[in-house]
Amino acid sequence: MENQIKIVIDGREITAEKGKTILEIARENGIFIPTLCHFKGADPKANCRVCTIKINNRMMTSCTTPAADGMEIENETPELNDIRKSIIELLFVCGNHFCPTCEKSGDCELQALAYRYQMMVPRFPYDFPQKAVDSSSPKILKEQNRCISCKRCIKTIKDEKGRHYFAFKNRGNKLEVVLDPDMGMEISDKLAQIAMKNCPVGSIIYKGKGFDQPIGTRKYDKTPIGG
Amino acid sequence: MIEKSLIIDILQQHKNDCTRLMDILLDLHKIQNYMDKETISVLAEELDLSRAEIEETISFYHFFSLKPRGKYNIYLTDSITANMKNRKAILEAFERECGTKINNVTPDGLLGLYTTSCIGMNDQEPAAIINDVVFTNLTPYRVKELVKGMRAGEEIKDLIYENYGDGNNADPDVESMVSNNIRKKSIVLKKDYETYTFVKSGIKKYTPTEVIKEIENSNLRGRGGAGFPTGLKWRFGSQSQGEHRVIICNADEGEPGTFKDRVLLTEYPEMVFEGMTAAAYATGSDIGVLYLRYEYTYLLKFLKRILNEMRKKNFLGKNIGGIEGFDFDIRIQLGAGAYICGEESALIESMEGKRGEPRDKPPFPVEKGYLGYPTIVNNVETLVTAVKILQNGAKWYSGFGTNDSLGTKLLSISGDCKFPGIYEVEWGTPLTEVMEMCGAEDVQAIQVGGPSGMLVSLKDLSHLNSTQLMKWYKPSGMEVAERYIDRRLSYSDLPTGGSIIIFNNQRDLLGEVVMNFMEFFIEESCGSCSTCRNMPYVMKNKLQKILDGHGVKSDIEDLLSWGKTLKASRCGLGQTAGNPILSSIFNFRHLYEKHIQSLTEYDTVFNLENSVQTYQKFVHKEPVLFHLQ
Repeated sequence: MENQIKIVIDGREITAEKGKTILEIARENGIFIPTLCHFKGADPKANCRVCTIKINNRMMTSCTTPAADGMEIENETPELNDIRKSIIELLFVCGNHFCPTCEKSGDCELQALAYRYQMMVPRFPYDFPQKAVDSSSPKILKEQNRCISCKRCIKTIKDEKGRHYFAFKNRGNKLEVVLDPDMGMEISDKLAQIAMKNCPVGSIIYKGKGFDQPIGTRKYDKTPIGG
Repeated sequence: MIEKSLIIDILQQHKNDCTRLMDILLDLHKIQNYMDKETISVLAEELDLSRAEIEETISFYHFFSLKPRGKYNIYLTDSITANMKNRKAILEAFERECGTKINNVTPDGLLGLYTTSCIGMNDQEPAAIINDVVFTNLTPYRVKELVKGMRAGEEIKDLIYENYGDGNNADPDVESMVSNNIRKKSIVLKKDYETYTFVKSGIKKYTPTEVIKEIENSNLRGRGGAGFPTGLKWRFGSQSQGEHRVIICNADEGEPGTFKDRVLLTEYPEMVFEGMTAAAYATGSDIGVLYLRYEYTYLLKFLKRILNEMRKKNFLGKNIGGIEGFDFDIRIQLGAGAYICGEESALIESMEGKRGEPRDKPPFPVEKGYLGYPTIVNNVETLVTAVKILQNGAKWYSGFGTNDSLGTKLLSISGDCKFPGIYEVEWGTPLTEVMEMCGAEDVQAIQVGGPSGMLVSLKDLSHLNSTQLMKWYKPSGMEVAERYIDRRLSYSDLPTGGSIIIFNNQRDLLGEVVMNFMEFFIEESCGSCSTCRNMPYVMKNKLQKILDGHGVKSDIEDLLSWGKTLKASRCGLGQTAGNPILSSIFNFRHLYEKHIQSLTEYDTVFNLENSVQTYQKFVHKEPVLFHLQ
């Protein structure tokens, strides 16, 4: 029992193994906490902030906070859900997300979360920023209009030397995720496809092939995110 | 491109260590004022990184560049105080004399003209940094002289025609026209301390545990602004396990309006380093780093000399003060222009050669910091104060200040007052007294703690009855107003890292001040959190809408409610990035209401006439606008 801890999420008591994050424990117990930047197997870096929960009235990110014995956690509260919804709306208005023409529609986590939180019209005015599309790589189309700077591609797509194909550029609201121009030339089909799959939105598109599965029959078309 | 052998040389000086990328890039920028593709490719190859990874770091810092900059680069500060001191005329003069617009280089590649966030010279604005040399109190005439001198190819230092500043600003290793403007000394600034007393005799009197105990008893709290108990930080650090332990002095003084650390580094550098040594002794640390913001490069040579003097006296190095096994040395890490690096974990990331993005906590730096070692990050003022406490004892120190905030605080006062500069005051000093001290009259508002702090008013409302109060501060009314009466500087009322900027009644608080602060946060966000990357920009646009006369009642409520989302950000910058708007709504709501259309519920901000202007221009045809007929 030494390795066991007890935590409480929204009044539900859960026994869990020591050393796990709150998000991991929640997932194992069928409790939904929304995520965008989190990627199983990659080091968490709480960029998107949608997994924000409250512990002792302090906002924390569940993907990075290790659970400790006796923690009382707020998750599905009107306050937190509104913050999550506002973050999703922010991502929509500060990019250019046109779902009907997007290759990822139906498989897109941002879109699925917008449905879950019933975003009808964002509370913020659309900014329609001018963003470029980088099509220099023969394998990958980097669609900056749709990028939410979640860092998943940066963390997961590396070569055998550990060099990163993707990286951040600039800072603040000029921040971008860019594909290394040299490495982008040589990326394998397999890795390019993995990159597309790891992207939560439609910002990384594998060139040369549209898609196998028609829109309307995809992951979140069948079952909404979080059940 | 920089010659390959030269790049390899520089890399070898830093042992091809990619955690020293900041130093490598700083050295390379000295040779060529920007990083070209070929140079980056060589770096990438030698360090086993992708080009994009190197550019990730370069593009983060204001003083690094991917595009050619000038032989001389002029960085004109954009702090609010500079703007209040007619920065506009200086900018126009520079643009006119250089023949280029801001953020551009002259066609001949000689002069680069850029804007930059507060450079820590708020008491002598308008100021600019040209090739690491600071020029203060600029006038259009001085601009003309400077540009003429640069065109004649003169050494930038030879263009200082003024007297050097007071104290060590005139030191042969500084030779700067910057002034200290120390206006009020109290227990910390008073020069009643024989330097190095602690390293000479103190460490023989105290055990490391006793040092921590003494600091804990003094209740010293971090002077950077957040106010974390210093003794506790040292205790945590000393208890964390690691092959090395690290003491970092945070001299990345970036909060607009603060300049007290600059003055401490100029006049009390021995005490800063001694404070670090004391912290190292207490916590068993062997690595010391002073993280100096790039803007203070002009102090680098001087500070290095002090460190060398200390090494010669065995106050740094091996077996310090004759204590077997007490090994500690200090190196100086320069930043490259990023406000966020003042956040301790962002500072550590930057020291490791990366972008200054704050880390997720836990783990805290005291557990896992620089290169994974337990790391204690202390503000410059904190360390200086610690030395004084160790000299005179915690009991002595607790005789100053208030119950919840012991001791004194250095204030950096600027803006509309007769005597801007450094004031050391006891905690608990009322704001009204601070205003009297610095000769501020006709005060409309005071920014306490910089843009991330609070915009407050001085109005003494004690003579007003509740109905009158409600009139002033509707609808939040009494609750807010009561807090105005005799506000004091303390951790429980008005905490501050020391920045006090004063605005008189002639200032346009929203259009001039709040806008400047919002732009500052937009410029300085690291961009990692979706909230801080986007929300300040969205909020600024909303404020602009209100100032443009398109605001409706619900816009004020929207701003208040949107500000809450920022609280979900990772670090202090993000969490406070809405404060300029939020605190001005709390304390100056009437200014917002003045701009609001009280009878309109909805305003699209859409202006048909403006929107068809492009069409008109190209089609050369007047559109028929029926709603105007």
